[in-house]
This record gives sequence, structure tokens and C-alpha cells, in this order.
Amino acid sequence: MYSFDYHKPTALDQALDLFKGADDPIFLAGGMTLIPTMKQRLAAPTDVIDLSGLDVLKGIALSEAGLSIGALTTHNEVATHPLIKLHLPVLAQLAATIGDNQVRNRGTIGGSIANSDPAADYPAALIGLGGTVVTQSRSIAGDDFFLDLFETALHPCELITRIEFPLPDRAAYAKFRNQASGYAVVGALVADFQGKIRVGITGAGPCACRAIGIENELMKDLSVDVLDHVEVPDAGFNSDIHASAEYRAHLVKVLTKRALTQLLSQKNAS
Amino acid sequence: MKIEIDVNNTVHEVVIEPNTLLVTVLRENLHLTGAHVGCDTSQCGACTVHLDGRAVKSCAVLAVQVADAKVVTIEGIGEVDNLHPMQTAFREHHALQCGFCTPGMIMQAIDLVTHEDNLDREKIRQGLEGNLCRCTGYHNIVSAIESVVDKT
Ligand SMILES: Cc1cc2nc3c(=O)[nH]c(=O)nc-3n(C[C@H](O)[C@H](O)[C@H](O)COP(=O)(O)OP(=O)(O)OC[C@H]3O[C@@H](n4cnc5c(N)ncnc54)[C@H](O)[C@@H]3O)c2cc1C
Ligand code: FES
Ligand code: FES
Repeated sequence: MYSFDYHKPTALDQALDLFKGADDPIFLAGGMTLIPTMKQRLAAPTDVIDLSGLDVLKGIALSEAGLSIGALTTHNEVATHPLIKLHLPVLAQLAATIGDNQVRNRGTIGGSIANSDPAADYPAALIGLGGTVVTQSRSIAGDDFFLDLFETALHPCELITRIEFPLPDRAAYAKFRNQASGYAVVGALVADFQGKIRVGITGAGPCACRAIGIENELMKDLSVDVLDHVEVPDAGFNSDIHASAEYRAHLVKVLTKRALTQLLSQKNAS
Repeated sequence: MKIEIDVNNTVHEVVIEPNTLLVTVLRENLHLTGAHVGCDTSQCGACTVHLDGRAVKSCAVLAVQVADAKVVTIEGIGEVDNLHPMQTAFREHHALQCGFCTPGMIMQAIDLVTHEDNLDREKIRQGLEGNLCRCTGYHNIVSAIESVVDKT
């Protein structure tokens, strides 16, 4: 790892000032992506700004609009928090599939979403649930947040403070897990908001996206069989040692079916 | 920079560079060589220690990040003539061969039995996802942890 200066601000303004005053700064949350990347010398920031002292990035709250989850909430906190298990069980279940226990004890929801890894799990939830990313200066709709491989709508000095999720009547997530890392080769989150269906896909393309074609078919007929007739084109999908683009397109369909089967077996909350 | 770090209930003062990993400080500054380094990709779990009571990979944590936290390593959970129940279980069930993965396995196993309910063999296996063992085939490790679950 190259050398850097370490800072641990205790207020948001202080964090932003430190960022603006440094040559090539980076924010540090759980470090479960950043530290391995720095160890491999793929990232070489001059200044590391540790967010863990910022209380405004913490906490979980329920409101009329849904659940608001602080950026620093760890994957294991999401997996086990009573409010999340009760009101948004799909998110708790998703978080429990991330990596391994040690990673879930450190990694954060804000870090995962800011990172936009094409195989990360939370992006499927942000898109599939139609969530919102809140930063120190604005709210960004989940649909507009992921731009490309490791690229998001965040400006350089913009911090995610919390993620807001509306509560669906029912929702389910299915994932084809990479056996070595736990990451999603493909993952699909299907949500039902009073008949309005959203499908968020991760792992297939350069960043998470909605499957609008599938959503439209499901809004006509919310059944697993309908998916047999849907074409999923593989154009633009990733091809790597784990799976070809063609296989990923196949998985989109299979995993959407699995998520939908699970969703249909749930009692409709409304 | 100079930091204070609380390891196994003793506060140590160490002078380190910010880019020093927690596992490096444990092994090289404090000579606590139980936490091992088995990989470069944060995947093997041999370096697992407890940070404020939860299992973490000390090769993916900067030492400066733990200045306000309590660290417990394999050296802090028992003594040679007074082993932790998990250590005893590993010995009784022959849950190790070369022993390289064992400190990390035990620290993760303690996190698992402390924080998960209704553990069965399948859940124990899932709980060991972040710990690799090249010798045992895991069978006896699972049996050792299961025996601790049964006793609690
Ligand atoms: C062995 C292993 C297995 C894993 N398996 C999975 C898996 O199965 N599924 C999965 O989804 N992920 C997986 N991960 C990644 C893990 O979930 C990370 O925790 C996550 O991607 C990043 O979160 P973090 O808090 O650790 O962020 P960090 O590593 O601290 O930061 C990541 C990036 O986000 C930026 N950032 C962090 N917080 C903020 C914020 N609040 N505002 C703006 N920018 C911010 C940082 O500057 C950095 O660029 C795995 C990681 C490891 C090591
Ligand atoms: S050395 Fe830490 S996970 Fe392998
Ligand atoms: S006992 Fe040798 S690696 Fe596990």
C-alpha cells in the first residue's frame, strides 16, 4: 500500500473541507473494497478521510415515506435490524447474502452503493425498490444513480448520507452467487407496489439497471410463465471468467423467475 | 504517527505509518502472531480477530481505524491450561491439521455461536464462508462448533 495521510473528522463540514483541501483524497467507510484495492495499489490516494466518526451518516428510521438507512450502516446491521426485518425483509435477506460474516461486520450500505461494483448486491435493491440516495446537498433517484462500471452520479466531493427506500407490498431477491467471493454473477430483485412492478438487475451489465421489458410484461400478467416468452438480449452484458454475456442473459430470466416465485408465495401486505 | 490500541485488555502505544494494517501491528509490533496472513485478497479469514466483539479480517482494517476500539485476538481468549471452550472443542474434535487457519476459524466460530440462533451443521458451514482451510475438509471443524452450540 502506498503511503497517505489519515484523517478522522467528527463533523460533516470538516470532512468536506479536508476533502477539498487535499490533492487526491478518498472517503473511507467500511474499507472492505477500498483497503483491498489500496493493498493491490489499484488506488493510491494522498489522503484517506475516515467517515466513521460522522454521526449524521448513522441510524435507521421509519417514516411515512419508508425506511431511511444511514450510509454507515453495516451489512450485518441491515441483515438483523428489527425495523428492517419487519418492514423491508427483502433488504435484510439481501444483506445477509453479501460476502461473508467478517465482511458484513465492516462493509456499509453507503460504501457499496457509492462503489457501483457491477456484481454488488445493494444496487439491485436501490433500483428494484425505487430507492433514493441522499447526499449532503441533494436527493438522487436510484434510477438515475448508477452510470457505468464503478461510476455513479456522485460528484467528487459528494457524500452519501443515507439511502431511502419506499416499502413495497411484497418483494423478493434471488442471486446466483459466485462461490469464491459471494458477489452476484447475476441478481434480480422484484418488487410489487400495489400492482406496479419493478425489477432491478445487478451483475449482468456494467452497472445495475431496471429490466423494463420484463416489468411491462409482469404488469400485464404477474405470473412466472409470462417470463418464458420474454426475450432478454445480451447486448452490453459482461463477459468474463465467471460467465458469458449470453449466460448472464439466461440468468436474468432464471433469477427473475426465482424471485417472482418467492414473491408470489408471500402474503400480499396491502 | 503515535496511536493507542487496546488489544486483549491491554492498551499499547505504537508508532506506525497510517498505511499499516491491523494484522501487521498485531504481528510485528505486539508480537501476537496468532492472527495469520493467508492471502492477499481478504478472502481466507486466517487473520480474523474481534473488533468490539465482532469478527473482522485484520488484513482489511487499518491499525489507525481501531484507535477507539477493543481488539481481541486468539491470544486473548484462553490460556494453555485454561482454554476457551471453542479451543477445547477444536482439540477434542481433531478440528485442525496444520493449524494455519485455526486462530481465524476459532475467532469466527465464537462470533457465530454468539450472534446466530438455531445453528445446525448447514448454518455453521455457511457461517464459515469467510474462512478457508486447506487441510481438514471442514467436517471436524463443523463438529467442534456444533458441540459448543449443543453445550450452550
Ligand atoms: C471477501 C469479500 C467479499 C465480498 N462479497 C460481496 C458480495 O457478495 N456482495 C457485495 O455486494 N459486496 C461484496 N463485497 C464488497 C463489500 O460489500 C463492501 O463492503 C462494499 O462494496 C463497500 O463498502 P465499504 O463500506 O466497505 O466501503 P469502502 O471500501 O470504505 O469504500 C468503497 C468506495 O465507496 C466510497 N464511499 C464509501 N462510503 C461513502 C459515502 N458515504 N459517500 C460517498 N462515497 C463513499 C469510498 O470512497 C470508496 O471509493 C465483498 C468484499 C470482500 C472483501
Ligand atoms: S489474510 Fe486476511 S483474509 Fe486472508
Ligand atoms: S488446518 Fe491446515 S489450513 Fe486448516
